[in-house]
Amino acid sequence: MQFTAMILSNAEVSPGYWRMRLTAPPEFASASPGQFVMVRVNNAIDPLLRRPFGVFDVGTHTPAHSGAAAQPYFEMLYRVVGKGTAMLSTLHETDLLDILGPLGRGFDLGDSDEEKLIVGGGVGLAPLYLLARELVKKSPVRLFAGGRTRDDILCITEFERLGVECYTATEDGSLGECGLVTEALLRRLDALQGRASIYACGPHGMLNAVANIAAQRGIPCQVSLEGYMACGVGACLGCVAPGNRHSAETPDFRCVCTEGPVFESGELKWRD
Amino acid sequence: MKPDMTVNLAGMALRNPVMTASGTFGYGEEFAEYVDLETIGAFVTKGLSLKPRAGNPTPRIVETPGGMLNAIGLQNVGIDAFIQKKVPFLRSVNTPAIANFFGNTVDEYAELAGRLDQIPEVAALEVNISCPNVKQGGIVFGTDPDCAAGVVRACRAVTKKTLIVKLSPNVTDVVAMARACEDAGADCLSLINTLTGMAIDLNKRRPVLANITGGFSGPAIKPIALRMVWQVAKAVKVPIIGIGGIMNATDALEFMLAGATAVQVGTASFINPGAAQQIAADMENWLTDNGVADIKSLIGALQA
Repeated sequence: MQFTAMILSNAEVSPGYWRMRLTAPPEFASASPGQFVMVRVNNAIDPLLRRPFGVFDVGTHTPAHSGAAAQPYFEMLYRVVGKGTAMLSTLHETDLLDILGPLGRGFDLGDSDEEKLIVGGGVGLAPLYLLARELVKKSPVRLFAGGRTRDDILCITEFERLGVECYTATEDGSLGECGLVTEALLRRLDALQGRASIYACGPHGMLNAVANIAAQRGIPCQVSLEGYMACGVGACLGCVAPGNRHSAETPDFRCVCTEGPVFESGELKWRD
Repeated sequence: MKPDMTVNLAGMALRNPVMTASGTFGYGEEFAEYVDLETIGAFVTKGLSLKPRAGNPTPRIVETPGGMLNAIGLQNVGIDAFIQKKVPFLRSVNTPAIANFFGNTVDEYAELAGRLDQIPEVAALEVNISCPNVKQGGIVFGTDPDCAAGVVRACRAVTKKTLIVKLSPNVTDVVAMARACEDAGADCLSLINTLTGMAIDLNKRRPVLANITGGFSGPAIKPIALRMVWQVAKAVKVPIIGIGGIMNATDALEFMLAGATAVQVGTASFINPGAAQQIAADMENWLTDNGVADIKSLIGALQA
């Protein structure tokens, strides 16, 4: 659906990372974890295209004063990387934004008797919070959050509040373990008693490593991809990702916006 | 009184002049949630080839000021899947659906035109002549008047449906191309296709697009498109569909003044999937506000 949203809050949660809460129509409450929105940053032609953002959370705000109607909302977590996101970060409460969404195929919540292992890198945590919120209702959930520095480890308190056990790793050692977050994931997999399922979102290198780990250990794994996209509705075909049968001779592309952004890792092509 | 918004495109009656451009509107179905397809004049489906095409590696698109570059590589489902999976939807919509198509050889163009001619749900054909002529050493059909005329003649011979030829702006003399296509039997010309461009990532010292170059579209190209439509309109008798950076009703009406009978909305549909519907409604409002009874009176009415 397409709607005009009013910004309820827009705050920097870590240097360069922002969290925005916007009003949403009641139907938005049924957004599934992993879905995304396309945001038109302004009504001018620069930036021209909408920007895609994962849905961080959805909810309903009940105002303190009596008589005011409950207001459904959604949240986005975004990193300022270019002109569009820089402009978003300057917007204030009551500013309006044109939104398309929720779009795409979200995460499959899987079986409740699995241990859920969520792996997020930097702003890749964005679509994983709503996922964690759903998963904790039925299963034990662990989060493995990685980043270059402590500034890239976002909203861990929120995950902890859900009852998620959190592991953090940074490349410079400024928070948590020093190194890659996949180390902690591997240790957990070694100690695993029963079944598990992996959910990941973050830089492509991290997803590649996680997908390979999942394949080696025969563990179901879903990844959420990013893609340069113009439309978000399957028309521009800009955002495709190579599927598992892909080769230069016989290309096999999957459309990130409509077939994804969440894929079973086995559906996609990875480097060994 | 409501203004008359209907136009006639080489025998094809349109409820209004606003169409969607090939490659920006999928096969129509993708936009049904956002657009009432029965409020626009016509829609053009994603370019079809004989065999399915997977398209280019990524990155395939990049935004630049006022526009975007794309190098999708003509990814499409191929004519067989189009007939099986996409045509049933076209049947459900009371708006002309125009099939855009392309081949690597004249024979491929003719085969596609002949097959599309047999599909009752396809109201008209739009020939994309901007792809390389494999047999003649990679010359783009759309940049050589004789090559273009050969394609148009071959398609004309196998279809009685309205035959639209989509012209490339990447030529020295667009008028020569237009005349060649008209003489070869085109019922209608649509222009412009995207302009070849590129973007560079300074820090990586690499092209942004995997394909290095791409087709430039969006509001930045409108002045070039308007100029070409104006030049071609003066030179040919067949109706013209104006395309290039149309973002709103003002843009669309300017193309009509320059000589276009209809327009196609492209990149704007990516930004606002309901753009074509909005533009048609706003054009009608402009006519009402300005006391114009019939939109056809604006075609080529530029005072120059």
